[in-house]
Amino acid sequence: MVFMNNKVKKTIPQLITLAVVVLIFGFFTFNAQTNMENRGIEFGYGFLSQESSFDVQFSLIDYDGSYSYGRAYLVGLLNTLLVAFLGILIATVIGVVIGIARLSPNYLIEKTAAFYVEFFRNIPLLLQIFFWYFAALRALPLPQDADPIFFGVSYLTIKGLFIPRFIWENFDIFSYSVIAAVVSILVIRNYAKKLQENEGKQLPTFSISIGLLIILPFLTFLIGGVSLSFEIPVIKQLSVTSFVYEGGLGIPPELIALTLALALYTATFIAECVRAGIQGISKGQKEAAASIGLNPNQILKLVIMPQALRIIIPPTTNQYLNLTKNSSLAAAIAYPDLVLVFAGTALMQTGRAIEIVSITMFTYLSISLSISVLMNWYNKKIAIKEK
Amino acid sequence: MNKLNFLKPDKENMKIYLYTGSFLFLISTMDVFLNSFFKLNITSFLPNFLSLLLPLILGSFGLHLIRIEFSGIKYLDLANKKINSSNFNAVLTLLIIFVIIKAAPATMSWFIFDANIAGDSKEACTGTGACWTYIKIWLRRFLYGMYPNDQQWRINISFIILVFLAFAGYFTTERLKKYLTLYYVIIYPIIAYILIYYLISGGSFNLEWVETGAWGGLSLTFIVSFFCLIFCFPLGMILALGRRSSLPTIKYISISFIEFWRGVPLITVLFMSSAMFPMFLPEDFFMDKLVRVIIAISLFEAAYVAEVIRGGLQALPRGQYDAAKSLGMGYWKMHIFVILPQALKLVIPGIANTFLALVKDTPLIFVVGLLEIVGMLNLAKTNPKWLGFAMEGYVFAAITFWIICYAMSRYSQNLELKFKTER
Repeated sequence: MVFMNNKVKKTIPQLITLAVVVLIFGFFTFNAQTNMENRGIEFGYGFLSQESSFDVQFSLIDYDGSYSYGRAYLVGLLNTLLVAFLGILIATVIGVVIGIARLSPNYLIEKTAAFYVEFFRNIPLLLQIFFWYFAALRALPLPQDADPIFFGVSYLTIKGLFIPRFIWENFDIFSYSVIAAVVSILVIRNYAKKLQENEGKQLPTFSISIGLLIILPFLTFLIGGVSLSFEIPVIKQLSVTSFVYEGGLGIPPELIALTLALALYTATFIAECVRAGIQGISKGQKEAAASIGLNPNQILKLVIMPQALRIIIPPTTNQYLNLTKNSSLAAAIAYPDLVLVFAGTALMQTGRAIEIVSITMFTYLSISLSISVLMNWYNKKIAIKEK
Repeated sequence: MNKLNFLKPDKENMKIYLYTGSFLFLISTMDVFLNSFFKLNITSFLPNFLSLLLPLILGSFGLHLIRIEFSGIKYLDLANKKINSSNFNAVLTLLIIFVIIKAAPATMSWFIFDANIAGDSKEACTGTGACWTYIKIWLRRFLYGMYPNDQQWRINISFIILVFLAFAGYFTTERLKKYLTLYYVIIYPIIAYILIYYLISGGSFNLEWVETGAWGGLSLTFIVSFFCLIFCFPLGMILALGRRSSLPTIKYISISFIEFWRGVPLITVLFMSSAMFPMFLPEDFFMDKLVRVIIAISLFEAAYVAEVIRGGLQALPRGQYDAAKSLGMGYWKMHIFVILPQALKLVIPGIANTFLALVKDTPLIFVVGLLEIVGMLNLAKTNPKWLGFAMEGYVFAAITFWIICYAMSRYSQNLELKFKTER
């Protein structure tokens, strides 16, 4: 009787929850069907292969109006990934520097880092993006007034940053050589580790790695027929008042503003993760390492960092994920990312709200979920193995 | 007199080191100071490159000289320890001091000395600094959006009442204290809703009806964050309990709900609420834009709150659950009286961070056409009479948001200290 009672007690709430969820979903589906019937829309993803007939300002792959909506989706996705990648790179560098600076014994440095964190963290990201785009970058000179920067080959103007374009010959041989260098470095590192564990000998792995990374690609220039030349942006007058740069690589101001804002904002959170990680290592670890005769560099590399990384990496990955999701704010300054190109323009044109919004959400969802699966795997790998 | 070794200052010739070092340091600071405040370059006879680096070289050498260990002078030792512990630190210290000196006059003149606040048109702004006139003229729009000027007292009064009622907890007698949770969770939101529905929205009691499209500015930021905050907290709590439930259906529904909302960006959620959600409703059913936005943000933030609370639930030692069960408490009694009060206390910083994120996310409602303060700024920026004041507007909004967010984070730190219990 008691057993029965318990079973009923466990089943009823589950049944009720399930019923409520199913009812809500059923209600929505029913409404969606009637609404679409009334408007004469047919549900389906066939529109993806139709001609899109809209243009995108900035694209990493060939694209114009004659390509399909599917291609437009790809353009948006690549642009999103580009800004996320750049943002993560810069945010990590700034974040680590600021995080370490917050633990500096120097009062001024510590306070400056704290000021940076408190300042950028408490201002909405959207506001920061607007600030960089509408206020800061608009103060840059016009193309015809811009002074060359960075050894005189780049121009930072209101129309964006113009840098030289690399022109490779036999680029594939070069990239193979880089891959070969990386693989051989990994092999040597493995060997050095074994050597140290077995015989106690130390190899100068760092200088060997650097050497390999420089020599192997350099050899391809000498004997592999690889050559590299630059195409420098040159200003050209179109009409009396209109100037453009020809040649070179143009980075649009939208991308600059978005990357800058995302990186500066996310860096504050990464800095806090780094600080918490290093602070989380007890002082005894450092003292113990010093007492067995390790020098400060070795202490940081062999004792503190491996332990601190265990604390730092999970929340930092979370921040990377946040940065990727926040890159969707691009829509506010018309950087053609996934949301603007697909959930904006494509939705406007086709009116297929359900399909497009669901594809967009599903894309972000799969990025997030795959990163969190990777994260869990990594977490398990580095977790302290207790015996 | 002993031999002077300038590479390794010691205590014996302390005075000489001290005077030379301080003199060099002062000279270098003076050079930068004169350069930045009076546009004088006292080292202009040197080549450009050297003239730029000279203060840094002189200053770091000066700091090197006064780095005397155990000098016995209290402040010197303190300064050496705090800002001058090594050559590297000395250079960084100097760089920071120089940057502050360099940036001070430009910032000050932009903000105050060359700024204008008088007058009521663009022409009044003659200085090279900020044009605060723009903020002054547009202040009502930034605070109340398109809400009619003569009706804005309604927003003011509602907010005053709400703030006053929020502090009711401080004034209650001991006897009523046990009802406080009930008050904050149920009664207070209802009062807030009634106030906003009848007073701000209007339409009855001889009050003019103001559609939600006209609401905006900072007051809309407050309204949206207030309601989302109230809704997302209980929802997040239920989801957190659901995720830790032993009943599989409830557990997996909670997990998929939480992971779904956490995996998508807020902007797509708002897109969904404006473009996709109406398709899911019966055709004759109309839901206000503002209500849709509040529902969307609440669901979104609830997932984050749920994860934070789950962290607190997991951090509680098993003994607490066992002890509650051994007293014969059921699931709800155990959670309400034993587990949740302790778990919530543990996660105050996390919840505060989520709420901060919520406030910082409110500007995104521009996606559905609601203009809170940042949206209003972008609208004002395009006004042909007031072109070219984007910087002032963003600085104003940044300061406003910074004050709100910083105050919130300080308050949460206080709360954390207040509720801290020794374990």
